[in-house]
Amino acid sequence: MLKEPPSIIYRWLGDRIFSTVVVALGISIMLLAGAMAVVLYGEGRLSFQQFGYFQFVTGTTWDPAVRLTFGALPFLFGTIVTSALALVLSFFPAIAVAIFSAEYAPRWLSGIIDNLVQLIAAIPSVVIGIWGIFVLAPWLRETVYMPVFEWADMNHPALLPLLGNPMGYGMATATVVLAIMIVPYTTALTKDAIRSVPVEQREACRALGATRWEVIRMAVIPYARGGIMAGAILSLGRAIGETMAVAMLIGNKNTLPFSILGAGATMPSVIVNEFREAVESLHLSSLMAIGFTLFIIALVVNLLAAYLTRKYSITGGQVV
Amino acid sequence: MRTMLQRNIRDRIMEVLLVVSTILVLLPLVIIIVHVIVNGIGALNWDFFTQELGSPSRAMQGRPTGLVHTILGTMVVDFMALMIAVPIGMGAGIMLSEYPDHKLNPPLRILNDTLNGMPAILKGLLAFVLIVKPMGTFSGLAGGVALSFVMLPIVARTTESSLMSIPWSIREAGLAIGLPRWRVVLSTVMPAAKTGLVTGILIAFARAAGEAAPLLFTSFGNNYLPNHWLGMILGPADTLPQRLYSLAISPYSHWHTMGWAAAIVLLAFVMFTFITARLATRQKSG
Repeated sequence: MLKEPPSIIYRWLGDRIFSTVVVALGISIMLLAGAMAVVLYGEGRLSFQQFGYFQFVTGTTWDPAVRLTFGALPFLFGTIVTSALALVLSFFPAIAVAIFSAEYAPRWLSGIIDNLVQLIAAIPSVVIGIWGIFVLAPWLRETVYMPVFEWADMNHPALLPLLGNPMGYGMATATVVLAIMIVPYTTALTKDAIRSVPVEQREACRALGATRWEVIRMAVIPYARGGIMAGAILSLGRAIGETMAVAMLIGNKNTLPFSILGAGATMPSVIVNEFREAVESLHLSSLMAIGFTLFIIALVVNLLAAYLTRKYSITGGQVV
Repeated sequence: MRTMLQRNIRDRIMEVLLVVSTILVLLPLVIIIVHVIVNGIGALNWDFFTQELGSPSRAMQGRPTGLVHTILGTMVVDFMALMIAVPIGMGAGIMLSEYPDHKLNPPLRILNDTLNGMPAILKGLLAFVLIVKPMGTFSGLAGGVALSFVMLPIVARTTESSLMSIPWSIREAGLAIGLPRWRVVLSTVMPAAKTGLVTGILIAFARAAGEAAPLLFTSFGNNYLPNHWLGMILGPADTLPQRLYSLAISPYSHWHTMGWAAAIVLLAFVMFTFITARLATRQKSG
């Protein structure tokens, strides 16, 4: 069937319209990312003006009810401590899974393990939260926290006030849950990094008579170190922004915590808990200012992760 | 110098440690799923899917309670999020893959990745300022916009990578027979990349559908069915993740049980989407 050749208008105008639309959509995403910075800063400005940025970030008093004084340090502290500890707790198990799956497991098993680890990342945060409230926190209280308190009570009663309140909801519980949640990210990127190690490197090591573990220790891990670092940083970024499970489990106490077992709060958790009830404009603005601070920290961590993944040419951890 | 035996023993020990670690990491997945099912299955009955929640005293008065308004609200909000995120995200992905020399591509890639890495709660704050404040009310629309911010960067990125996987020669063939560029992209490249595109949308959807944080101060939640379906778009709408949170932290034990049941529904929904996406990817690469 012969048709009229498409007219020049159809070709030229069609291409113009198509490329304009596509580029406009691309630009709208760029504007959105920019809008996030501008909006959070703009909404938090009232608070910054009132307290000064440095004073806001280092202030330890958060009192929305009586004095209307807002300092973000307890939340900054809570975020950094829980995220860092979660990374420490999950780092070696996460890498172990990647090594086992990439180097030891037969192909069929490796595929199953990878999919199951990815499924952990697919569990909604609130589902982990409800499990944490009714299963994990009571269990941790009975089997871990209470024995610690009983031991302190018997031997060093002076330690008791330092341990806080063993109710089970606190920074330690939030840390455990965060550790569970960030494993898939570290594992995925570590496996990427291990895969990027040339086969010849392993074969050379093997040819010298190394055992399987020696190959991993001497030929694989040193080579993959940069990619593993990138995975750790990216996981840290996920932990910093994690909101619901933490808000449900950390106990929500707006002062600087002095015990890892006691209640605390993080930047996302205080926003979730107070935003709907914030009536004073200074309170609302201070919560937005915390949002802006969280934005800056997440930005730095993400740019660092992006730099590392690009430098070590791995795919960037496409999880879920 | 260690003997061969010592080195082999060390090798075996490490293997055992790796297996133990793997089991340890996968254990929470199994435990969580089992607990959710065991605790929630009893509350999953006909009422759960056909009645509204109402006040806490409703169940004590013996009247049936359920989450029908939540399930409908989730559909409305998630659907709106898809309608916003898919065209914009795909457009950006097409820009990145089909106009590779565009000078705005490097900053777009960086900003898109940055947006992807931003905590979802900040996307909720952004939607609050952009939609809730001007409208003067919490709304399902604001929730949809907030979730679309979660989906957008994922859709853009997966669109780019699945279009990139289509060989350049296919585009050249289209251009050679005289098709204009836009026809080549829409009728040749995109259909060829269909599986990848759909997978990307499913992954973005699975990610956003489980988010509660951005919804708490955008769609807000509601214990009752609105009188009119528009009420879910222009007024507060209930969604599963945010309702699950409210039920879990409430002081009523019968609401806790409903929370577990909501967790079953949400988990099943998200896992089903996720596993479908995974199977589609495997089919493509296998």
